[in-house]
Amino acid sequence: MAEIIHVQNLKKYYSIPIRGEGLKESIRSLFFRQMREVRAIDDISFSLEEGEIVGFLGPNGAGKTSTLKTLSGLLHPSGGEVKTLGYVPWQREPNFLRQITLVMGNRNQLQWDIPALDSFELNRAIYNIPRAQFVQLRDELMELLELKDLAQKPIRNLSLGERMKMELVGSLLHQPKILFLDEPTLGLDVSMQRKIREFIAEYNRRYGAAVLLTSHYMADVEALCKRVIIIHHGKIIFTGGLTDLANRFSSHKTITITFIEAPEHIEDYGEITERNENTIKMRVNKNEIAAVSASLFQKFQISDITIEEPPIEDVIDTLFSAKDQMLEQTTDGIR
Amino acid sequence: MVYVNYYLTMMKIAIIEQFQYRVAYYFYTFGMIAEPLIYLVVWTTIANAGGGVAGGMLAGAFAAYYIVWTLVRTMNISFTPFGWEDRIRMGQLTSMLLKPIHPIHSDLAFFGGEKIPNIIMWLPIAVVLSLIFHPIFSPSALGIIVFFISIWLAFIIRTIALWLLGMITFWTTRVSAIFDLYFALELILSGRLVPLSLLPQWTQNISLFLPFQWTFNFPIETIAGNYSISQLLFGLGMQIVWIAAGSVALQFFWKRAIQQFTSVGN
Repeated sequence: MAEIIHVQNLKKYYSIPIRGEGLKESIRSLFFRQMREVRAIDDISFSLEEGEIVGFLGPNGAGKTSTLKTLSGLLHPSGGEVKTLGYVPWQREPNFLRQITLVMGNRNQLQWDIPALDSFELNRAIYNIPRAQFVQLRDELMELLELKDLAQKPIRNLSLGERMKMELVGSLLHQPKILFLDEPTLGLDVSMQRKIREFIAEYNRRYGAAVLLTSHYMADVEALCKRVIIIHHGKIIFTGGLTDLANRFSSHKTITITFIEAPEHIEDYGEITERNENTIKMRVNKNEIAAVSASLFQKFQISDITIEEPPIEDVIDTLFSAKDQMLEQTTDGIR
Repeated sequence: MVYVNYYLTMMKIAIIEQFQYRVAYYFYTFGMIAEPLIYLVVWTTIANAGGGVAGGMLAGAFAAYYIVWTLVRTMNISFTPFGWEDRIRMGQLTSMLLKPIHPIHSDLAFFGGEKIPNIIMWLPIAVVLSLIFHPIFSPSALGIIVFFISIWLAFIIRTIALWLLGMITFWTTRVSAIFDLYFALELILSGRLVPLSLLPQWTQNISLFLPFQWTFNFPIETIAGNYSISQLLFGLGMQIVWIAAGSVALQFFWKRAIQQFTSVGN
């Protein structure tokens, strides 16, 4: 597989004005302006291959959106090297822009007052798409997303989920080779989230487009991404598969057991996280999982048992907390 | 060909959008007539009080000036510099920057498209105003041709000028005071408030070296005034010079402006 995104030591620093509270500080700031440097992206390197779907995860303000915007040419970095499809993104060459798309869950890119069909027509003109190809792809995408009946409604009259689906169609009409998706399922109900996920997977399968996806919904990431990149305070703290992530950063597994009769002293085997009549969910240390299971079968009558990796949210949460603690310790050390 | 296709599609969308809100469109048209109508009534009254002449202009000449004014004003409308702050904050610029076409084409095509129904609307308005105020028109054939070219060139000059002004927003926000100053100067030195020929000579001399009169006074005078062939061609030449100079400045500042673009939160 060919590498289509190459990022080397990318940095994006912002200088933002800071000011104390109150009138006095406000007057002082008129004459003495204090600035603070914010390191949105702090020396990151990674790559993406053709046709790959990669999850780009991190808490709010971690640098995910800044990275996506830099890779799509919206932001000029403070340092480092980026090649997206062989182009330097911020030079914004038309040939580069014709091959990418950026969809943001909280932003509307279609014309608000007119039906989506008219907006799509504008995209056809912008990207100079041959009419036959345009009509075929537009109809195909709209069918995939079950949008046929909504095509003639003005965008402003659509629901959030319908709008997002229309946004996706509009963004894909020029068959981009790379999709930057920033929270595409933000604010959508579970069923709509699932439809969008299925659509992204199907588009990737049909057209072989690479996808770099940010999402706070782990269901999106688990369903779509074989590989994730985790960013925190502007730095990459993990790159690899989801299983790898759980193996490396989780010391526990979750066992769900259904007993035939209510058990006694079950808490001796692990930390109980949920109890529902005869069904118990507990966290057990990874190294003890085999021994605990065997022991449970020996001592109790069990009708069902499942052993699972902990939810990926928990693993990532543990990872962020650990990194924050490390950062605090480092900062304390400097002080 | 890509650009022709894009312009035609965007212009069509602008027309569709304009008709989407019919009541707003009627009010807009009424608003466009109200301002020149006030000027027209004031100057006609002054002229009639002075025996039919004011500042060397006949009442009929005022009528001609302000009836053409209504169309030229419509042609002058382009994206306001006040809109840049919202355009950046609401993420519209982000969307424009992702397209493989310079965002100024979006404004030129969209606002250009809006003018087509406005020109059609203007014709009956001009007829009604002519029946009431009896304008004196004696345009030459060349004057009429130059008029139809100059109103579009005026639109391009004003779009570029307002873009340059609006781009200040990339460096600092809340600059409406600067925009207000610009519009005050434009109001006087363009011929929008009063015909330039009524201003003192020194003001007319200054305005010769500024872009304002080439967007307003010049297109009006091509049919409402008595311009010679050389004046008509000189005016067109000046418009082209301003477009060329503006385009160079735009390219220079745009490159620097988008480097300032932080797109934070958008």
